[in-house]
Amino acid sequence: MKQKNKSQTKAGTLPIYLILTFTSIFSLFPFYWMFVMATQPSAAYNSIPPTLLPGGKLVENFQKVLDTIPFFQAMWNTILLCTVVTIAVLMISSLAGFAFAKFQFPGKNFLFILILLTMVIPPQLGLIPQYYLVSQLGWLDSLLGAGVLFLLNPLGIFLMRQYISESVPDELMEAAKLDGCSNFRIYWSIVLPIIKPAFATLGIIVFTLVWGEFLWQFTVLRDPSSYTLQVALASLNNAFRVDFGMLLSGVFWATVPLIIIFLIFNKWFISSITEGSIK
Amino acid sequence: MENVSKQSTKASKLSEKKKDMISGYLYVAPFFIVFGIIGLYPAVFSIVLAFQEWNGLGPMEFVGLSNFTVVLEDPLFWKSLYNTIIIGLMGTAPQLIVGIILAYFLNLAVIRFTNFFRVTIFMPYITSMVAVALVFGVFFSSNETALANYVIGLFGFDPVSWKTSEWGAKVAIALMVFWRWVGYNTIIYLAGLQSIPKHLYEAATIDGANKVQQFLHITIPLLKPFIILTVFMSTVGALQLFAEPTVFLGSSAFSRDEAMTVVMYLYRDAFNLGSFGTASATAVLLLIIIIGAAAINTWLTSGIGSKKKRGV
Repeated sequence: MKQKNKSQTKAGTLPIYLILTFTSIFSLFPFYWMFVMATQPSAAYNSIPPTLLPGGKLVENFQKVLDTIPFFQAMWNTILLCTVVTIAVLMISSLAGFAFAKFQFPGKNFLFILILLTMVIPPQLGLIPQYYLVSQLGWLDSLLGAGVLFLLNPLGIFLMRQYISESVPDELMEAAKLDGCSNFRIYWSIVLPIIKPAFATLGIIVFTLVWGEFLWQFTVLRDPSSYTLQVALASLNNAFRVDFGMLLSGVFWATVPLIIIFLIFNKWFISSITEGSIK
Repeated sequence: MENVSKQSTKASKLSEKKKDMISGYLYVAPFFIVFGIIGLYPAVFSIVLAFQEWNGLGPMEFVGLSNFTVVLEDPLFWKSLYNTIIIGLMGTAPQLIVGIILAYFLNLAVIRFTNFFRVTIFMPYITSMVAVALVFGVFFSSNETALANYVIGLFGFDPVSWKTSEWGAKVAIALMVFWRWVGYNTIIYLAGLQSIPKHLYEAATIDGANKVQQFLHITIPLLKPFIILTVFMSTVGALQLFAEPTVFLGSSAFSRDEAMTVVMYLYRDAFNLGSFGTASATAVLLLIIIIGAAAINTWLTSGIGSKKKRGV
């Protein structure tokens, strides 16, 4: 009966496969085309019918990128910024999540509601004072200024609180306390190893968020030596006559590392979306 | 002997409780220090600034509601709000509908290679907004030979000046928003679909319900929490649109109005024109608009499927 049902529906799957294949092509085409343009001279852009096969200018176009923006400096700035912010957010969130999950203290509920409120405030509301604050601290054009805003991550506390209350048994904490462990020791030696999967989820969320964020980095980073990748790439598009081959070469080389990381860890990336949004 | 140990554990428990309390405060402190400095203080400061005239350098001057009057009487503000809403609707509404359909297909037991499809459809999300805007910016370049013009030419349409025409710019930006986010929403819906118990479909099949009926009367109502979530996030995200149009338009981003969004209007006021007061007033208006729109859309989506319950 089950077998019959399956063969019956199988004939109807062809249109579904066609739709899914079309969607995949739609999703992948810009990546492919970006690669093609990164290998073509700018003039190829004007050819009719359009060029859809790679050419031989891969190195030359990238050389032009290097002559126009400090690409590797920007890449390094971005990696440094993302790494430091991610580690800091993981620490801040796991500590606070641990406290909200396992300790009783007056005002706990009030503080938790305050975090809820933080999530509703759009980041643009504070943009001007934040800019003013950072400029007063002398942090414009620096990664300190670019990074400080991302330390505020209420979602991280939600994730960590949830994960810790589900996966760290109270008995284990009691036992550790009887053995004379301090609370911080419990956090460091018991909680942290248990919540590694949650660190992976939150780490991916924070890292990609900081990697791709534009408004704030664009606002505080004006000096090319302080540029992150996003700001540097955007600046490529500001010339009156843009060299498309060079432009997409820059985008291509800035995107390739992320694609490789994604293809290796795609399961983690995809589950970080569902865990980050549903919990 | 027993009594003594009992007493000592009681005492240690009490101090244990106190220790836990201190630990609790200590561990949430880093977050709240950060929150106070870069969250709460700027938010409050912004609201205060909305009632002041200030260029960021000299002293502030209290001007009452005049910043709001200036913004609300500026046609460009209304144009930017209109642009934001139109691009938002075009970019997100189709995305959510297509996302549900794709998730439904990917969740069918008979479909194979689902992991491949899932990964490819999700891939656009990992590219940054800037990268997407630049790639689409070349695809939709203002040249007559832009690839987008070639494609629409195949269907008999005349070339469009994508970056300088009223609808060209909006369609291009909406399409890049759609492209980047459709996979993200598909993944969320897929998680939702996987939470629906299979026996409901089996029961419906026995009752003679066809696939479309099952989709409308089982899938959609049970997916409702996920739909509400995505509608909420899309609404908030769409109203904050900034990177895509700014990067797409490049050097003309702040001098043209075809695709200027509310956040771009705010940014221009603050950082190109040096008027922090009116920019803050815009920020406060944006906050109100976001809360209002999110509330309305969430309320509207909560209505989905509740009338159809009879049909199941």
